[in-house]
Amino acid sequence: MLKQIEGSRAMAEAIGLCRPEVICAYPITPQTHIVEGLGEMVKSGELKGCEFINVESEFAALSVAIGASAAGARAYTATASQGLLYMAEAVYNASGLGLPIVMTVGNRAIGAPINIWNDHSDAMSMADAGWMQLFAETNQEAADLHIQAFKLAEELSMPIMVCVDGFILTHAVERVDIPSQEAVDAYLPSYDPVQVLDPTDPISIGAMVGPDAFTEVRFLQHYKQNLALRLIGDLAGEFKAQFGRDSGGLLRTYRADDAELLVVAMGSVNGTIKDVIDEMRADGIRIGLVTLVSFRPFPIEQLRKVLVGRKNVVVVEKSLAVGMGGQLALHVGLALRNVAGAPQVHSCVAGLGGRPITRPSLHKLFRRALVQPWEGTHFLDLNEEIIAKELHHVRKVRRSGPTAENILRRLSGSEPAHLPAAE
Amino acid sequence: MFQVRFHGRGGQGVVTASEVLSVAAFLENRHAQAFPSFGSERKGAPVVAFCRIDDKEIRLREPIMEPDALIVQDPTLFKAIDVCQGLKRTGYLLVNSNRPLHELHLDKIVKELPAGHVLTVPATDFAMKYIGRPLPNAALLGAFAALTGVVQLKSVVAAIHDAFPAEKIALANIAAATAAYDAVNAQAAA
Amino acid sequence: MDDTTATAATQKLRFYQKGTFTVGNRLVSESDRSVQASIDRSNALTCGHRACQGCGEALGARYALDTALRATGGNIIAVNATGCLEVFTTPYPETSWQIPWIHSLFGNAAAVATGVAAAMRAKGKPQVRAIAQGGDGGTTDIGFGCLSGMFERNDDVLYICYDNEAYMNTGVQRSSATPPAARTATTPAEGPEPGNVFGTGKSLPRIAVAHGIPYVATATVADLHDLERKVVKAMSIHGARYLHIHVPCPLGWGSVSQDTIRLARLAVECGLFPVYEAEHGFVTGSRKIRRQVPVEDYLKPQRRFAHLFASDEGRGRLKRLQAIADRNIDEYNLLEREGDA
Repeated sequence: MLKQIEGSRAMAEAIGLCRPEVICAYPITPQTHIVEGLGEMVKSGELKGCEFINVESEFAALSVAIGASAAGARAYTATASQGLLYMAEAVYNASGLGLPIVMTVGNRAIGAPINIWNDHSDAMSMADAGWMQLFAETNQEAADLHIQAFKLAEELSMPIMVCVDGFILTHAVERVDIPSQEAVDAYLPSYDPVQVLDPTDPISIGAMVGPDAFTEVRFLQHYKQNLALRLIGDLAGEFKAQFGRDSGGLLRTYRADDAELLVVAMGSVNGTIKDVIDEMRADGIRIGLVTLVSFRPFPIEQLRKVLVGRKNVVVVEKSLAVGMGGQLALHVGLALRNVAGAPQVHSCVAGLGGRPITRPSLHKLFRRALVQPWEGTHFLDLNEEIIAKELHHVRKVRRSGPTAENILRRLSGSEPAHLPAAE
Repeated sequence: MFQVRFHGRGGQGVVTASEVLSVAAFLENRHAQAFPSFGSERKGAPVVAFCRIDDKEIRLREPIMEPDALIVQDPTLFKAIDVCQGLKRTGYLLVNSNRPLHELHLDKIVKELPAGHVLTVPATDFAMKYIGRPLPNAALLGAFAALTGVVQLKSVVAAIHDAFPAEKIALANIAAATAAYDAVNAQAAA
Repeated sequence: MDDTTATAATQKLRFYQKGTFTVGNRLVSESDRSVQASIDRSNALTCGHRACQGCGEALGARYALDTALRATGGNIIAVNATGCLEVFTTPYPETSWQIPWIHSLFGNAAAVATGVAAAMRAKGKPQVRAIAQGGDGGTTDIGFGCLSGMFERNDDVLYICYDNEAYMNTGVQRSSATPPAARTATTPAEGPEPGNVFGTGKSLPRIAVAHGIPYVATATVADLHDLERKVVKAMSIHGARYLHIHVPCPLGWGSVSQDTIRLARLAVECGLFPVYEAEHGFVTGSRKIRRQVPVEDYLKPQRRFAHLFASDEGRGRLKRLQAIADRNIDEYNLLEREGDA
């Protein structure tokens, strides 16, 4: 049924349709509305056979999910940013134990400096922990991916993060088709665990594993993610058959067939990029887009196939590995490793800490790639004047003060208080 | 695509206004996207919310920088921020005030925009009369429907009804919206 | 020898046998015998584990879990924190657990158990009970947040803490349960105040009581009947329950392996380890000291307290430890007094 609904609410309804059995989460902006929605559904009796637990920290949240999942229940939690870091130990634990927990990550920047707005640094921080990671472009896809996620996780016995841009998706009200319970039941069977804590058939889970077996355990996790490369496509195909729309999959392209320049991006920014591509196409520029949905497993082969033969690739990403550059750009480089005549890859870091990514800036960026290729990382809409002032200040004064506060003061028009008037 | 930007202060129902407008458009089988500009949710702080309406899927996710219409729930904001930044030459400006336009020092804007595109509406007065609380958003939406015709009053009414689960409150807001709608139409006819 | 033959409900076991300091099952009626005496015992924790000779924790865990298994008709799932118990019971590639058992992390046993309990309710199997267990480090320090959360929510979990008063598995480092003056690897017997300093530490049983949960009890491997009784009682209650068992560690305490039960008894009899029960925030009863001994009797056989006997400063601190014992005796009413029931 079509609804005009807040993204968080759409996700909550989709998750509810998946018949979760244990939901446990700790509030953090911007995921709160999802969990509140689910809590209401449980409390009112709308969502039956489900326990909703208010935990005291994110570490507890994922730990409760671990216990529930190991005991055979379909378990769900949600977090973002600082919360994801706070549960980091449990994140690795869940994947190492092979528990099919589904977790929404309302992508938000990680502090310091503390920032509640959207970027992908949280997902990136846990990208190597052994979870699958799928990124939603729209709230429709956000709802749909959760349904696919339960099935995917349970088939592989591996946890999964559904990444949705904080505020941009979670707090936007837009049209979403919420499927019926019958349709979801037909697509998603009940959880049949590969391992389960059961008094009638006792097993020990989580014992120490020594050097002679650890590599094999890790390899099998990696192997399963390789299986996921095909399974993700298969499940998206089944989804289309059951629900009648395209959603998920490893990646999709937009106007890419004859494109000389391909943009690669994840999440909601793809929508804005599509508008820019249409405008540039109208000007005769052969530009197209690759929307990457699956970041883990990373679809090296599939991406290579699409990118090979192009002149330029521009990677637009909302994260920065300090000291290295853009993670997505690095991954794209991986897909083009050892490829003869590979396109020039341009790395652009944009939207950090929620800075809006605008059409005018994207126009400039894509056109620049065509005429003035760059090496290294380009920061979209960087305020170079403020950077220059801060660098100058820091060189002059040892006790230069906290960087963030200095920049904020300059932005607001006043010089940092402890300095004499600007030079 | 028609883009509306709402300005107000925390606690005035700015975000709700943008969402209700999006529902009104949805009820007319159009695509709509509503979202707030986010800051700390404190009462009294300036709040901006956005609503895009279109006949096809809305893919754009940036804030509305060139609105087709501005709805200003609190005119004290004119002194605090550049409310009208980016407003299109053909745009509309709807201001919640019971004072005439020239007292709000908006003459410059009025000259730049087409005739009849700038309007004040005593939305808070309507709210006090029909709802008993200074929440001008419903009245402003009714006025917006009359001013621009982008959505019909009956869609706004239905959307308001959806937004308030308590029947009495829904009806009160509907009354405020309808009164403002009628008032704007009467003014235009005059 | 004092022998009473009252019915099981009112029988007070006042046996005091010289030599072994234990009370044999053969002297007690069938219904009062320890579960471990039966050849039908379930061996939740079976033989072959790698605990040290004389490990108090292995003894306590075996008794506690077998009792819980019996009390629930075999319906328990155990969640174990990282620590000695987890390590010596699951030496790769073996396990000595004959019950469903999971080890997740060091600090989250209480939360994982909450999840297990929730799963059982969601699946319509509320008779399957969750038991979380860990050492003092995993409980009072790194696991404190999750434990307090579980208490606060009154989740249906029994948390058992095996308190050997330090992080033993990693080499005897100090925890917030380490008693004052004890030598550990991180509170060495050096400087002006050798060993753990006074004025630090926390009593988890006291904190558990303050949470107002349905049942809190301290127990000791020196009184295994009492331990079993408390586990049975705990399993008869739904909601958050906490059992704090004193378990001497010969390695970490620097005592001889065969002294484990003797030391546990001395800890009770000198007053340093009060044995009591509480419900919903109030102490409901305590196990009386049979024959009070000075703290020295308890501390002397442990090399971790050796420095207290080697100087005047040390002997001064012995007095402070005695003062702590005396305060416990007072607070928990540990001595029989005239007119007591």
